[in-house]
Amino acid sequence: MLKVSKLNVQIDGKDVLRDLSFKVNAGEVHAIMGPNGSGKSTLSKMIAGYPGYTVNSGDIEYEINGTYKSLLKMEPDERAKDGVFLAFQYPVEVPGVSNFAFLRMAFNSICRHQGAPELSEEKFRKLVEEKTKLVEMAPDFLERGVNAGFSGGEKKRNEILQMAVLQPRLAILDETDSGLDIDALRVVANGVNKLRSPDRAMVLITHYQRLLNFIVPDYVHVLANGRIVRSGGRELALELEKNGYNAYL
Amino acid sequence: MTDRENKTSNVEMIQPTDYKYGFVTDIDTDTAPIGLDEKVIRFISAKKNEPEWMLNYRLKAYRHWLNMKEPTWANVHYPKIDFQKIRYYSAPKAAGAKKNFEDLDPELIRTFERLGIPLLEQKRISGVAIDAVFDSVSVGTTQKETLAKYGVIFCSISEAIQEHPELVKKYFGSVVPYADNFYAALNAAVFTDGSFCYIPKGVHCPLDLSTYFRINAKDTGQFERTLLIADEGSYVNYLEGCTAPMRDENQLHAAVVELVALERAEINYSTVQNWYTGDQNGVGGVYNFVTKRGKCVGKKSKISWTQVESGSAITWKYPSVILQGEESVGEFYSVALTHDYMQADTGTKMIHIGKNSRSTILSKGISTGNSVNSYRGLVKFMPSADGARNYSQCDSMLVGSSSRACTFPSIESKNPTAMVEHEASTSRIGEDQLFYLESRGIGKEQAVSLLVNGFCRDVFKHLPLEFSVEAVKLIEMKLENSIG
Repeated sequence: MLKVSKLNVQIDGKDVLRDLSFKVNAGEVHAIMGPNGSGKSTLSKMIAGYPGYTVNSGDIEYEINGTYKSLLKMEPDERAKDGVFLAFQYPVEVPGVSNFAFLRMAFNSICRHQGAPELSEEKFRKLVEEKTKLVEMAPDFLERGVNAGFSGGEKKRNEILQMAVLQPRLAILDETDSGLDIDALRVVANGVNKLRSPDRAMVLITHYQRLLNFIVPDYVHVLANGRIVRSGGRELALELEKNGYNAYL
Repeated sequence: MTDRENKTSNVEMIQPTDYKYGFVTDIDTDTAPIGLDEKVIRFISAKKNEPEWMLNYRLKAYRHWLNMKEPTWANVHYPKIDFQKIRYYSAPKAAGAKKNFEDLDPELIRTFERLGIPLLEQKRISGVAIDAVFDSVSVGTTQKETLAKYGVIFCSISEAIQEHPELVKKYFGSVVPYADNFYAALNAAVFTDGSFCYIPKGVHCPLDLSTYFRINAKDTGQFERTLLIADEGSYVNYLEGCTAPMRDENQLHAAVVELVALERAEINYSTVQNWYTGDQNGVGGVYNFVTKRGKCVGKKSKISWTQVESGSAITWKYPSVILQGEESVGEFYSVALTHDYMQADTGTKMIHIGKNSRSTILSKGISTGNSVNSYRGLVKFMPSADGARNYSQCDSMLVGSSSRACTFPSIESKNPTAMVEHEASTSRIGEDQLFYLESRGIGKEQAVSLLVNGFCRDVFKHLPLEFSVEAVKLIEMKLENSIG
């Protein structure tokens, strides 16, 4: 579903990703682990279409209806409408815009693009209220401004709620575990696990092994200095926890 | 391979789209010669067949104005205005007689239709009565018969001077005296038309009243004068809209609006100002130098100003309330949007005189492009204003990196029991906010308008419904990314 090939990215003239390649199939969960500054967040933002990065060479391709097309030529909203989703490491606050209105606008925009019927306010509310249970949030937070004044944990839960409502095909979760206490982590991981499906691919980007105790990946990649230096199964994460990243620096 | 570097300035690229009201109406006009002297004032007064007292008032104002200096304290910059190069009177021929709309030049009717103001049809639309002002004269007022049933007077100020001299004499200049400031004095000398409205005791005005101002003629200043009186226990919603053609020369608009609220009366005055702003290089546009002030004369009276300022090359405007009555209430809700090379210096004054008077100020400034957007406010508590309260909130939003926002709040208190709260914030529409919304499938234009509407929501909710829809559309249109 996702094919990153020989991707070279510069930020402010500095190489951040070098010849990065990996492939994710539908139904798979991949974990990308690496020390601070290894390029993990850059990779996630590249996939979602963050402006301001220079791609020197390589490509990010996304399979839709059986054919691969380059994501790099698409605007962020076009990527989202075709089923790409990024759960942000630092979800952005949008005061004055209610969570509900925002979710509904996003949902209907995606439906329109995919030729699915848009939902009335009433029907959409039902859907969202159902989904809030998944991340154990009180429905009243739907009326608050998007992430405005939310605690760190609430923001992360809100990301997972958005994912549950928008039902992406490819979800990138950027440091979803950071800043969560153990209970919140369990809630968030539980939400993510319920969204695992044979049609959906997920990429977990994380610094710590801890998250992978809750969301068990099919593959683990080690990212260091902008390239994937090792790939393996679940056991690689445990090894990293034991020995640290030093061997790869 | 796509070079995404060109995306760095997403936000900078958001430019206003073309001004759709920029057309010129080709119509025969009756004009005064360019320039200003006593002869021109007598000419205007004679054109309007004014009584002696009005002419004398104009002349007194003019002589006072001659000794005044143009104010320079506002945070706006423009070449010195040559007041001898402006035309002070321009009227479409045969508009002055004012009989029926059917007798009007069809070109005028078409002009207002293009502006979305159907004068003929309007007679059949309930809900709003409109006074349409074209350059220096009112070309007609709709719904007069309906209003007359309730004793509501709604007509042009010229007509009011003829038909209701007692009311005009009593209140004209009572809120904004001609000596108040440079532009108020100029207006008092040369004002040409505007709206007059009187709501009798205890009447809840059955229709929203509306004035639509259109500047058309070249080199012509528009000096309109509006006087609105709400008698005891009455209620009225008043709406004001403005547009002008696109011209390379700057046009001067120096209006005076006076509101009078007697005991327990309530006036809600809403403006959507969309004068031509000048082009993308800052050439042309309207200078909007306006004095708007209301006086809560009576106990428990209330005046509320809501404005959406989205036009003009330069705006210099401070709708204010003098809170004279005990427990009177003054409100100011404002959204000011500037783009390209626009300059706005706007805000309010709340002068507390009456005991337990209350005021609320909510100002939202949005600056894009190379524009400068300033909030200037004064909250003053006189010694008599026991227990008076004010709450002020001024928020600025910057779009792009070349725009500026300034805040000049001022508080003067001569009464120790008065209370004031002030909050202010400045934020930047960031790449990050835009990206966040876009990454959820919301297109860039929709994302920008979502952000801006979220920012303005608390002001828009004070506008009457149709006006609020129009304001949202106007702001969206102005912010639309023409590049897509």
